[in-house]
Amino acid sequence: MNRSGLFAVIYFVLYLLAQVMLFRQLVLFNTAFCFIYVAFILLLPIETNTITLMLSGFLLGFGIDIFYDSLGLHALSLVLVAYVRNYWLTTITPQGGYDAGEGPTLASNGLQWFLVYSLPLLFIHHAVLFFLEAGGFSVFWYTMSKIVTSLLFTMTILLLFQYFSFRRRR
Amino acid sequence: MLRLLNFLYNYRAFLTFLFLEILCAWLWVGNSQYQNTRFFNSANRTVASIIRFSEGVREYVSLRDVNRELAEENAGLRTLVEQLTAQTDLLTTTPDTVLHFDYVSARVINNSVAQFKNHITINRGMDMGLAPGMAVISTSGAVGKVKSVSEHFAVVTSLLNTDEQVSSVLKRTGNFGTAQWDGTDPRMINLLYIPRHVQPQPGDTVVTSGYNAVFPEGILVGIVREVDLKKEAQFYDVRVELAQDFRRLAYVKVVKSYLKGELDSLERVTLGNQP
Repeated sequence: MNRSGLFAVIYFVLYLLAQVMLFRQLVLFNTAFCFIYVAFILLLPIETNTITLMLSGFLLGFGIDIFYDSLGLHALSLVLVAYVRNYWLTTITPQGGYDAGEGPTLASNGLQWFLVYSLPLLFIHHAVLFFLEAGGFSVFWYTMSKIVTSLLFTMTILLLFQYFSFRRRR
Repeated sequence: MLRLLNFLYNYRAFLTFLFLEILCAWLWVGNSQYQNTRFFNSANRTVASIIRFSEGVREYVSLRDVNRELAEENAGLRTLVEQLTAQTDLLTTTPDTVLHFDYVSARVINNSVAQFKNHITINRGMDMGLAPGMAVISTSGAVGKVKSVSEHFAVVTSLLNTDEQVSSVLKRTGNFGTAQWDGTDPRMINLLYIPRHVQPQPGDTVVTSGYNAVFPEGILVGIVREVDLKKEAQFYDVRVELAQDFRRLAYVKVVKSYLKGELDSLERVTLGNQP
């Protein structure tokens, strides 16, 4: 296994543990969840192919589901994000392309690009997750409020992580 | 043939995507049904021990509340004991009744209230005779139903789960309804199917009906807070405040019903193949 593969496995375990042991307990105002584990799929290297993304997304989602007693729910949402990710990366390629060997991070592409990249993907994930869990649109506005507040919460934590862990190395 | 393989190869990402999503959807639908696989949930031993570790912190913080609740329960039980002792002095013959229910107390090691389908994990399992379908209550009121069990742990479907329905009765009028959560406020639950001609009032007590032999009869569900009758509607919209505050659930009791099997088989024989 190469170096980035090893790192990916370590991150996988870290995100899983952080989500189920820490962020699972953190629910603000009874509506805002922090699904930081999505960042694992978002931050994998740009060259990662879609099938690898989806398979690791499935495994991570499945692991999360066991702890949330919601078998299939998180896995489904995360596989969807993993499938869409690379198409979205291609669509929003900055002028001059991505730097070789860099992840799709805040440090390498800037705050504005990072928001454009992560917000829609997180929104897709949250929307699918909550509407599927609610079993339809019967409590539409309540579900929407859950999606939006969770999006803000997750995004804030994601940005904090990015600022603290990925300092510009050049 | 080559063209087919070519096609499959070209669309391999999309096909993998379809396969995984269908697999997930199948798991999710299966999960919503009543009993499910014993291994892939929080009753799993490894999972439960990880959860218990992280729950330890939260538990320490909420010790004060738990302590107070236990003290209150203790006081209640003590008065009950005194009353009963007075009564047993009067009783000289043993009554000819059958023991219906037995109780196993358990500690909550995992609980959520903010999802649409909430579950509770407790620290008792098969070794204490728990089985799927048993009712779970607390000192304040009804809590839920056992969903699946492992050797030492069990997952309980909380009343705060949009799939969960409990046959209930309005104590004052004696009308039956179904208590079901709508997924929003963790303090409130809806009482469905109360017909037009009944007059439910705020302050009425809602208890379990005992019709399905899961819950014992007369376990408190909650107090009616809002009553609304829409024009042309067949049934009332009744909002009930739950007797048990699910955000502070610490200890529960699992109800082992000795007669459930007998009742079920009797009904199966009598009702035959009726749907």
